[in-house]
Amino acid sequence: MSTQVPEQVEEESSADAEQQSAAQQSRMEKKRQNAAARESQEQAEAEEKASSEEDTYLLKVFRYDPEVAGKQEPRFDDFHVPYHKGMTVLDALMYARDHYDSSLTFRHSCRQAICGSDAMFVNGRQRLSCKTQLSDLEEPVRVEPLPHQEVVKDLVVDMEHFYDQMEAVEPYFQTNDLPEGEQLQSRENREKIKMSTRCIWCGACMSSCNIAAGDNQYLGPAAINKAYRFTMDEREGEEMKQHRLEILEQEHGVWRCQTQFSCTEVCPKDIPLTEHIQELKREAVKNNLKFW
Amino acid sequence: MYEHDVIVVGGGGAGLRAAIAAQEEGADVAIVSKLHPVRSHTGAAEGGINAALRDGDSWEKHAYDTMKGSDYLGDAPAIETLCQDSPDEVVQLEHWGLAFSRDEDGRMSQRPFGGMSFPRTTYAGAETGHQLLHTMYEQLVKRGIQVYDEWYVSRLAVSDEEDPADRTCHGVVAYDIQSGELSAFRARKGVVLATGGPGQVFDHTTNAVSNTGDGVAMAYRAGVPMEDMEFIQFHPTSLPSTGVLISEGVRGEGGILYNSEGERFMFEYGYASNDGELASRDVVSRAELSEVNAGRGIEDEYVHLDMRHLGEERILDRLENILHLAKDFEGVNGLEEPMPVKPGQHYAMGGIETDENGETCISGLYAAGECACASVHGSNRLGGNALPELIVFGKRAGHHAAGRDLGKAKIQTGKRGEWEVGEVDTPVEPGDVSASGEDVVADGGAAASSSGGSLSPEEYVDRALDAERARVESLLNKEEGVQHAEIRAEVQKSMTRNVNVFREEEGLKQALRDLREAREKYEDVYVADKSRTFNTDLMQTIETRNILDLAEAITLGALARDEFRGAHWRKENQERRDDVWLKHTMLSWNDGRPELWYRPVILEGEEKTYEPKVRSY
Repeated sequence: MSTQVPEQVEEESSADAEQQSAAQQSRMEKKRQNAAARESQEQAEAEEKASSEEDTYLLKVFRYDPEVAGKQEPRFDDFHVPYHKGMTVLDALMYARDHYDSSLTFRHSCRQAICGSDAMFVNGRQRLSCKTQLSDLEEPVRVEPLPHQEVVKDLVVDMEHFYDQMEAVEPYFQTNDLPEGEQLQSRENREKIKMSTRCIWCGACMSSCNIAAGDNQYLGPAAINKAYRFTMDEREGEEMKQHRLEILEQEHGVWRCQTQFSCTEVCPKDIPLTEHIQELKREAVKNNLKFW
Repeated sequence: MYEHDVIVVGGGGAGLRAAIAAQEEGADVAIVSKLHPVRSHTGAAEGGINAALRDGDSWEKHAYDTMKGSDYLGDAPAIETLCQDSPDEVVQLEHWGLAFSRDEDGRMSQRPFGGMSFPRTTYAGAETGHQLLHTMYEQLVKRGIQVYDEWYVSRLAVSDEEDPADRTCHGVVAYDIQSGELSAFRARKGVVLATGGPGQVFDHTTNAVSNTGDGVAMAYRAGVPMEDMEFIQFHPTSLPSTGVLISEGVRGEGGILYNSEGERFMFEYGYASNDGELASRDVVSRAELSEVNAGRGIEDEYVHLDMRHLGEERILDRLENILHLAKDFEGVNGLEEPMPVKPGQHYAMGGIETDENGETCISGLYAAGECACASVHGSNRLGGNALPELIVFGKRAGHHAAGRDLGKAKIQTGKRGEWEVGEVDTPVEPGDVSASGEDVVADGGAAASSSGGSLSPEEYVDRALDAERARVESLLNKEEGVQHAEIRAEVQKSMTRNVNVFREEEGLKQALRDLREAREKYEDVYVADKSRTFNTDLMQTIETRNILDLAEAITLGALARDEFRGAHWRKENQERRDDVWLKHTMLSWNDGRPELWYRPVILEGEEKTYEPKVRSY
């Protein structure tokens, strides 16, 4: 045993039954004190909340859980969250979960708009909750799961279909002509694909798209953007570009897009999705490929 | 029971690279991760990947810089492996299509970074990690590698011989977050841990909410030592209100730090008279806090990082992402005003003890990436050295786990070779609250009864599954108690207050007292959400247990090491003490009692020995 411990603690952990129970008792006493402290703290918090209504935000949050009685029928719960400057929708949800209801469920991870976990339907629009300031929203703030996707629980939706579409466009670099060392790429070409590489797979675009809502097989803006990223990458070569355009020209590909721009409007990374889709249509025509 | 040759836990940069490598070696491999791979925190890395690619540079120079940056606590075989392998690995990424920033001639761009003697940081704007993560996930899709995403691995299935170095890892236990199904995963050849860092130990961190150190804690409780845990990197430029990272690339491109007097303090007050803002991260973080403590901070909290003079064109070309982050998370327009920044927890230099092939002392158990400690970074990691670590050691661990012979490692693991006993005076007893017994199993510790290594692999995996089922049931069956969020918040607060950039004995002892109290509270933890469907309450409650073990290890190491080295500064001893401390801090979980010991640093490289010198920038 290498970690030396002062004597009184040594006593506490000794095997002596009497001391053990004394230690146990003191621990129980501390627990009771802690519980009392917690209770008074919660009370103080509630009072504080009541006395300064203007400093709280009201969130109306969609709730659903297939196996919990009372949540099987979707409902909205109200949460009054104390506001601080710079508070985002995600901050408010985390506060509500950690202080009021630990079963409140939503995906989140990086808190900085790069993991793409927390796209939600906030006040009637697809947004990343971590990058949405409460102060930019009308109160009450209505938070719902992404539309047009199956709800798993509360704000969590099933992403399987989105992932399937992403993976349907051969979303990986391929070329028939690889040099020994690094491939060269012009600054212009890198610039051309730059915006398309910014996609964080949040699914906001897909959820906002009317066409995707009506045609389950439509590749959708995110997957087409992924294909754009490779189609326009000069390193893949002409032959591969032909191959990619063929994939995009299929029945549920680029021609389904009706240029409503809803995807472009909601994209949290400002990717010009509709423009990318339009450009691919032009490429396809230029290459004189057959289309349906 | 699911069965594969190799199970990779975690789907970030190291995990993806390990899985690709294992498959290249012919293994049937699967990734099990609590997040879908593209959600991993590798995506938040901004600055770049160090690699000696160009004329005038060499792996030897990169190795020298890294050893110096580590303040002579990195192991030479690991550092040299990193620097030798990195250039090929970067070209590999380019061949996989990674959209690196480009020079006029079409070659990959490189830029200067802190502590580097050559501009060798290969980058893609200020979003290199995002590009790397997505590029490697694309390769995973191409290869059809199976991913169990949103499965939370909560226990390792390891045999139970007396000496951890005799044990074997046979698999993991995980539960499907979506359905609540708890299942065993048998790994016929090996398990690779790639679970990332422990940022959630602190409350001001650049890390994701998911960075809870799960792999480190699981390996620790299974018998693998944690190495050099006290060395935590505080990144000098995080946004004050959220901890969001502002890349070192800003300073690499010429960004300047100012105090409230408008002074360029890195030079004015002599913190780094040669390199200024581009000194190593530990140096810059201490300088910033010293300025704040001297009353020259802005709002008594932060300093300014100014990049306006770089001009809009250059900023948009190389640092565009920084503009978005500063705007979205601090409400500041980086083109028109300086950005407020302060040190924030960023990276753990320490972690699961491995050799330069990624293997731990437990046979069949590997670790790579931030969760591992080979050790490449010693007491301080240089910017741009984390991403090459992911790909170099992820690949090696994957190859080795799948059976490739990488030759005998020069770094020894477990209590093999040279080591010495350590001692530290603690105000309260660290480790498990209950001396031993059933509770240890219930909270994720070792199994109570030992088989002496006599069970079959399947039996070990089943036993781990039973133990984990008992733990989950007990958490879910409790009707009242303390909720994990309260415990987690208290730990984070105490760690940020007491185990920060500047550390002193009394604060460290206070942290240990707070942690003991938190452990006692955790005895009463319960999960209020009883649903099996997407129960994040349950997952986070288990994570909080991991946070407790890691916070304690960080603090114990910090208390034991009474010297100033790299990122670890002690008020009582403000100098590096090579006569006593050229050694790694090791901590073993001895049935719930943390045991401290030390292993000497390896400074002998392939062709030369690195002599510790005064470290100045």
